[in-house]
Amino acid sequence: MDFELSDSERAFRDEVRAWLKANKPDEGETRAEGQKAFIDSRRAWQKKLHDAGYVGITWPKEYGGRGAGFMEQLIFNDEMILAHAPDPINVIGLGMGGPVVMAHGTDEQKKRYLAPLLSADEIWCQGFSEPNAGSDLSGLQTRAEDKGDHYVVNGQKVWTTLAHVAKWCMLVVRERREANPREGLTYLLVDMESPGIEVRPLVQITGDAEFNEIFFKDVVVPKSQILGEAGNGWAVAMTTLMHERGTLGMALATRAGITAAQLAEHARRLGRGSDPLVRQKIAQYTIEARALQLNGYRAVTAVKRNGIPGPEGSILKLMWSELNQRMTETAVDLAGPAGQVGDGEGWEYAFLRSRANTIEAGTSEVLRNILAERVLGLPRSR
Amino acid sequence: MLRRSARDFLAKECGSKYVRGQMADVDGYDTYMWGKLANLGWTALGIPEEYGGAGTFLDLVVVLEEAGRALLPGPFFSTMGLAVPALLELGTEAQKKNVLGEIAGGTARATVALTEPPGRWDASGISLTARQVGDQWQLDGIKTFVPDAWGADHLIVPARTRGEGEDGITVFLIPGDQEGVEVRRLDTLDQTRRWGEVRFDGVRLYGDAVMGSPHTAWPRLRRALDWSTAALCAEMVGGEQKVLEMSTEYAKTRQQFGKPIGIYQAVSHRVADMLVLTESSKSATYYAAWAVDADAPDRALAASMAKAYVSDAYRKVAGDGIQVHGGIGFTWEHDVQLYFKRAKSSEVTLGDATYHRELVAQALDL
Repeated sequence: MDFELSDSERAFRDEVRAWLKANKPDEGETRAEGQKAFIDSRRAWQKKLHDAGYVGITWPKEYGGRGAGFMEQLIFNDEMILAHAPDPINVIGLGMGGPVVMAHGTDEQKKRYLAPLLSADEIWCQGFSEPNAGSDLSGLQTRAEDKGDHYVVNGQKVWTTLAHVAKWCMLVVRERREANPREGLTYLLVDMESPGIEVRPLVQITGDAEFNEIFFKDVVVPKSQILGEAGNGWAVAMTTLMHERGTLGMALATRAGITAAQLAEHARRLGRGSDPLVRQKIAQYTIEARALQLNGYRAVTAVKRNGIPGPEGSILKLMWSELNQRMTETAVDLAGPAGQVGDGEGWEYAFLRSRANTIEAGTSEVLRNILAERVLGLPRSR
Repeated sequence: MLRRSARDFLAKECGSKYVRGQMADVDGYDTYMWGKLANLGWTALGIPEEYGGAGTFLDLVVVLEEAGRALLPGPFFSTMGLAVPALLELGTEAQKKNVLGEIAGGTARATVALTEPPGRWDASGISLTARQVGDQWQLDGIKTFVPDAWGADHLIVPARTRGEGEDGITVFLIPGDQEGVEVRRLDTLDQTRRWGEVRFDGVRLYGDAVMGSPHTAWPRLRRALDWSTAALCAEMVGGEQKVLEMSTEYAKTRQQFGKPIGIYQAVSHRVADMLVLTESSKSATYYAAWAVDADAPDRALAASMAKAYVSDAYRKVAGDGIQVHGGIGFTWEHDVQLYFKRAKSSEVTLGDATYHRELVAQALDL
């Protein structure tokens, strides 16, 4: 196994590093993700990244991507995080929307959706979860009634990041009731400006409204908006989730290293760095974050081989989410009572937000099922 | 390809019956097996061609992983993983020519005798004294927990020649049958890996026994230990993978309440966690092996990170392996107990997780 960058990879890294140094916006970790100023600044940042050729690094050139390899994407992710650069606005679209359109879309759909997704002219959101369909996605009840050349959609989605500013929603709906609940589902790309769609912010444990609920009332969706085949939405949804846990998982892997480094700095500032228990904990987190990142590098090989991230990607998401909870809790604990006052030395938000990490994008329980059943071949539990 | 052939060879020659035979053997060392390993070229791996070697350190890592999977008993790790790196880092040209040549040719076994009764792996743990008497050095003291000391043809012995801490460490290359050296077998929890106590009572050596420079050997020895640590982690990862496979297989086939136990999430989630630990152990280990071999700036850090992670992970995976197997896993006849014990002995060899986490904390400037 060779961990050394090739000459061209090193040149790419240096180029990215220099570019980020010159162009990275001055923006701290912002928490008010619902605010318009936040959305505008992240959108502008993505446009800037896009103009420089750093958005859609692995996407084919014909769709506006860079046409480069996974190594370049990994290098770019690492540099973004090392530079403490903010994410582009279209995280859902870049991590899932684009890849799923490339995997299941028609040529026409690829031409229509990919370029504005990359340039941040159109933001994407993901309409999967419902109040009664969380881990068991196949239990979803949002209905699509076939009206010949279009569907009429009724129902509710929940936990939808970016729904209030999105142009497109990856929406999984039930078209027919089948004995097997995974059949009869259809995957639609729904225009969020359609009449009958209402988005309501969902205030979470942190007090912020990062997520939304979406209500669909007699929303007309033309059949040209079907991604993949009508009634075969489950397969398309699974492709989306594999990308969610795999591609995003790799970005999270690098992020864990940064959080560990910030935690070490936090301990130093508080004068806790000489406490042997603190030293042991922070070293352990740093080691786990590194192992996670190296797992990501190894997973790249699987992506190269199969085109989509394998179920091994679930390892990354599972590890990161549980590690992030431990790291942010330690950060709060290090400050003692002061960690729970005001913004808790800057960590209170991260601590509270981390509780969602083991739930969103597949609960830890679902991910362990995936590892047990799909990687190890243990019998299905349900 | 090397992995495949190593696995096939060990499946044939080093099954449970062989391992248990060696556990019961007084010496725990089999010259016949050693000859086979030499014929396969395994005793030449990681040794430069100029000293009779063939194959890289990364090849050795692959073979060690398979050796750990098969619980290969005997001095393969101590010779190739401990002694060879120390010889390469510290040895004089003559020492390398002679001893590495013998090892590569399959005619000598060697080990590193670093730890003393307190069981420490840092420089401050070295207090066996070597003082100059005329034109000779005289060594007095005790080394213990020395892997495969019994039967080693060469002992590599760090001693204290002055000062404290990292200053004043001198390393000696000593024949196993040197006058004044007495080796005693220890009764160890892990019978697949023998430890010995080595007493030095007025041992007299000439200057040609000194490896590297007197008093200032610690930095080179530390580098040697990085190689050794990566090598040990590879062996541990092989064991972890085997326990994971045994447990997965058992969870698929063992039936209770009319169903395979792997259908129950209390069992399957435990096995999933074993997978996460094993895969992460591999990643940390492969990187450490690469970083040590490539002399990357973070070689020492990478080795410490791997050893800290894998020490905890192998112990946890092996313990969970027993739990998944239930009662049968607690029996002498089932092999999972052998891995549990190997995990435990490997955990404390070359520094446990707590020791290496502290080294990582130092590297983080905490």
